[in-house]
Amino acid sequence: MTCSIRDFAAARRAMAELLSVRDLRVDFVTDRGVAQVLDGINLDVAAGEVVGLVGESGCGKTTLARAILGILPAGAARVRGGAVRFKGKDLLSQDAATLNDEVRGRAITFIPQDPFTSFSPVFSVQTQIMDLMKWKSPRAAAGRRGSSLFQRYPRERYRADHASVLETLRAVQLPEPARALRRLPHEFSGGQRQRLMIAMALLPRPDLIIADEPTTALDVTIQAQILRLLRALVKERGVSVLFTTHDLGTAHEICDRVVVMYAGQEMEDAPRDVFFERPAHPYTRRLLASVPSADGPLRDIPGEVPSLIAAPSGCRFHPRCDYATAECGAGRPAPWVVADTHVVRCHHPVDAPIEADA
Amino acid sequence: MTNIWFVLTRLARDRSALIGLVLIGGLILTALLAPVLSTHPDDVFELHPSERLKPPGPAHWLGTDRMGADVYSRLLFGARITILIGVIAVGAALVIGVPIGLVAGYHHGWFSDLLMRVSDVFLAVPQVVLAIAIAQTLGPSLPNVILALSVTYWPWFARVVYAETRSLQKEVFIESTGALGASPWRLTVLHVLPNIASPIIVRASIGMGFTILTAAALGFLGLGPPPPTPEWGRTIAESREFLPDAWWYAAAPGLAIFLTVMGFNLLGDGLRDVLDPRLRRGTARDG
Repeated sequence: MTCSIRDFAAARRAMAELLSVRDLRVDFVTDRGVAQVLDGINLDVAAGEVVGLVGESGCGKTTLARAILGILPAGAARVRGGAVRFKGKDLLSQDAATLNDEVRGRAITFIPQDPFTSFSPVFSVQTQIMDLMKWKSPRAAAGRRGSSLFQRYPRERYRADHASVLETLRAVQLPEPARALRRLPHEFSGGQRQRLMIAMALLPRPDLIIADEPTTALDVTIQAQILRLLRALVKERGVSVLFTTHDLGTAHEICDRVVVMYAGQEMEDAPRDVFFERPAHPYTRRLLASVPSADGPLRDIPGEVPSLIAAPSGCRFHPRCDYATAECGAGRPAPWVVADTHVVRCHHPVDAPIEADA
Repeated sequence: MTNIWFVLTRLARDRSALIGLVLIGGLILTALLAPVLSTHPDDVFELHPSERLKPPGPAHWLGTDRMGADVYSRLLFGARITILIGVIAVGAALVIGVPIGLVAGYHHGWFSDLLMRVSDVFLAVPQVVLAIAIAQTLGPSLPNVILALSVTYWPWFARVVYAETRSLQKEVFIESTGALGASPWRLTVLHVLPNIASPIIVRASIGMGFTILTAAALGFLGLGPPPPTPEWGRTIAESREFLPDAWWYAAAPGLAIFLTVMGFNLLGDGLRDVLDPRLRRGTARDG
């Protein structure tokens, strides 16, 4: 059932990774001490794959997303170790200018959580989208971008870019795209604004979209629509997505593969169906059991999420874990490959379908 | 142009803002058309000792002053000086205060702290006292009044711009623009500044009223432009010794100052409501 770390590495390589995060450690320096917000995270996203990054609030999902883009809060955050490889290049060692030219808003785009503060309230949607296209359109030449205050937008390219904007707005099912462009952001509902955000994330033709809880701010019926739309669009275009969420239902709806995080450590990495039907990590099983159902009691996980300033040693879940032994506090378990692409980091993985636990 | 028209029509719907708009419009028209509207356009500089301190009547609508000059005509030409002082002083305060506020708001560090502490120092000194000190040191003249007023008013703009810039930086659209590679110049001038234009405009309108009042106070204290400039504050100072008999002599410029300052304050309050971008072009659609 388990195998060695070398097999794990081999299994990973076979997946043709687009993005691979290895042993990433990020600290936040606070007044009360140093919080180890990411403690040796491993994560892989293959080309064309939708990966869900699931975890409770404060487990480091957003920090991981930001670390990949190199937009951690300056001053407070510190990358202590690890690597972020994207298309074979290490992103952590690139300078800001290179990241701006080649990665941010080009090869990797971002869908923010809150569609209400994502647009500037004083400019029309057209102004804002075309400002993005001026710098980040696939037709825009690479080079030092955005440094100049006055930069000409060649007319030919503007026309071509404008046509792709309209086309993409139709693809995200925004009614009357040409009229919509002339409106101000506040004239759109939250769902429509998130459609605009998805369009803006797709327009530079990225390889990877990082979506940071893009449906959390929307109501449930709109959530489902947006999720289906996003999945259909990225599958059609072969774009990979790293989708962070705390909602397991959302993860089930959109993901090919799910990675679960707890207190800055990844616990389990499994294909979606395996994750929901036969998870091996005690934390995953507890998490799935805690989803409220109409009948039956609410099954929470005993104990509290630990402070990351004085985080538990070894596996950070061990103080709350039913299976914990002395070994768990002594050292963090190495990744174990359960089967093909199912990896778990636990000394005592469970080998049973989920019903056995309930 | 459509935006200016939009703001004006919105302002006209609010009663107090409309009053402000009418008062300020009247002031500007008065200043522009002073030579046409005045009954004795030459009286600004001419003396008529025989006509001293005549009460209001058909020849002199608002009476005459101690030199025998027509109060009404001098009042109209005084409006030009008032507007000149207000516009140049507030304009200069804008030019100093807005960039300082933007730089201090955008950067985080000792330089930004230094800029804000300097503006705090300017704010801590009572404005009229500092203006008196400047006008007294450099001598009473129109340019010196304007200099004194702009030097004392810029910290208000710096404060407003600083606070607005700081709060905007937390907005996703500003943060992402920076993350996408926009230079600090581009970010502050093209993205931050348009978003904070409304509070700046509101502050400028209220600042006009405040500046004009302070200018009148300086004129009253004899620190304004020297005679025979028909400055309102100085006219009131001249009239004191003839009160209460020649009441029109003090009442006319006093009323003019009152209406002008009230006009700018009402206009500023009205603009605060109208310039909220959520009010622009229709209402939000839900769906």
